[in-house]
Amino acid sequence: MIHTEALTKKFAATLAVSQLNLHVNEGEVFGFLGPNGAGKTTTVRMLTSLIAPTEGQAVVNGFTVGKQDTEIRRTVGILTETPGMYDNLSAEYNLMIYAQLYEVKDPKAQVEKYLRMLGLWDRRFDEAGSFSKGMKQKLAIARALLHEPRLLFLDEPTAGLDPEASKLVRDFIEELRKEGRTIFLCTHNLDEADRLCDRIGVFKSRLLVVDTPAKLRTQLFGRKVVFHLRAAAEALAEAVRALPFAREVKIIDNKLLVTLDQPEEQNPQVIRCLVNAGADVQFVGELRHSLEDVYLQLVKNA
Amino acid sequence: MNKINTILRKEWAEVFKNRMVLFTVAFMPLLFTALPLIILYSMRGTSLADASNEIPQQITGFCPNNLSGGECMQVYLVSNFMLMFMMMPLVIPVTIAAYSIVGEKTTRSLEPLLATPITTFELLAGKSLAAAIPGIVATLIGFVIFAIGAAIMVSNPLLLAALLDARWLIAVGVAGPLMAFASTLLCLMVSARVNDPRVAEQISMVVIVPLLGLFFGQLSGFIVLNRQVILILSAGLAAADAALAYFAVRIFQREVILTRWK
Repeated sequence: MIHTEALTKKFAATLAVSQLNLHVNEGEVFGFLGPNGAGKTTTVRMLTSLIAPTEGQAVVNGFTVGKQDTEIRRTVGILTETPGMYDNLSAEYNLMIYAQLYEVKDPKAQVEKYLRMLGLWDRRFDEAGSFSKGMKQKLAIARALLHEPRLLFLDEPTAGLDPEASKLVRDFIEELRKEGRTIFLCTHNLDEADRLCDRIGVFKSRLLVVDTPAKLRTQLFGRKVVFHLRAAAEALAEAVRALPFAREVKIIDNKLLVTLDQPEEQNPQVIRCLVNAGADVQFVGELRHSLEDVYLQLVKNA
Repeated sequence: MNKINTILRKEWAEVFKNRMVLFTVAFMPLLFTALPLIILYSMRGTSLADASNEIPQQITGFCPNNLSGGECMQVYLVSNFMLMFMMMPLVIPVTIAAYSIVGEKTTRSLEPLLATPITTFELLAGKSLAAAIPGIVATLIGFVIFAIGAAIMVSNPLLLAALLDARWLIAVGVAGPLMAFASTLLCLMVSARVNDPRVAEQISMVVIVPLLGLFFGQLSGFIVLNRQVILILSAGLAAADAALAYFAVRIFQREVILTRWK
């Protein structure tokens, strides 16, 4: 769906995007994370043929950026950072304009379908300017979907929305994923990325890392298992350290924090070791680092 | 063609929701139609036949020989309004065209619009037609009202023929629309380059300067807007329109417009 090779964008002396090599598969929700000014929007603009790369190449939906721009624009959907609706026109007319520009076969039916799907049908004659932020965002999502693109670029879809509106938008993205659409999701909301994305790319002018959220956690922090004991003692920690697969063992209060590569395989052995050493194991759980920890660590190191 | 039509209707739907814009489109044609009619009305029955030898050459140059001095004066005064009728399609589109691109920048609607498969030519064609047509139509309506009013008020058929000769038809029917497109394209170019609608409108008003030159040239007798001059002017405008359309598309750089706008 998306393939880039050494994609680079310079604005005068500023290097906005450097040597981006990326592959996004069909049907995947790909999270594109990065701080403000990292070059996320510039990347989206290049991939949607709104601006031209300085170097490198990108193929989107089988079309080459810079050579087949109209085809790319015809086949992708984009939700821009701000909804950018025509505020003094009705919601329905806003969508009709875009349905016609995208040459949708039955514009009226398609507009009705998405207005109903996003719960805006009853407000279709109201001016878009009278809508709340969340409603405008939903209208903008409808606009991005009118021509049924298989690839969608969503730039900060929940930015500035209240929790209820954010949830509605997230649920809708979930629906789109179920339909098998490919989604390129730029977001600051790490919880959202964690919940929605199959893979995540952390970006700060260059791509720092790409992987699934779970693997990113493992790569950076390993997998940590907490063994809650009735009483933790240094002797118990020593016994666990003697196990060849235990990477790191720490005592925190009455807990033993053990870094393991494959907890599913190794936990029983650790429990046996602890029991043999005289420990009372109360319960065991995996310590999950949040995606925020991963993100902050990566951006800090960049 | 469909996309041009979509843009055109969208522009009109947006523009004509604003009553002040509607007023600016209608006010000038009403004024410039009323003024020559008032002149004709106030000079009804004037006979300056005896004084015709005192009327300067640049005024008698407007008239056929068989008109009286007073009638010749009427033809001269009303002829000056021909330039006003040419000015209308030039000035009316400025408000619409100047806001056209920069307005989309301020409301942030330009990026999703440019993300559609619309070509730059289609976008600019839709926007320039949307700005030019109201001015052209308002001018033509104004001219028809003027012609009817003149026919009612002027009893001498020779005077009426001198008042509404072919120059008017060429000026209002050919030169006017060509001026409207020249003005619109220039305003669109300005609108695409600036970030403030007020700046766009102020700069765009420069389009009126050449026409003011013609107006004062005629008043002072340096230029006589006869049929030949108007035809030459129309040919020049057609060439200017083609050049402006070419440059408008060339300088409309989507990337620059999107990335320089904050």
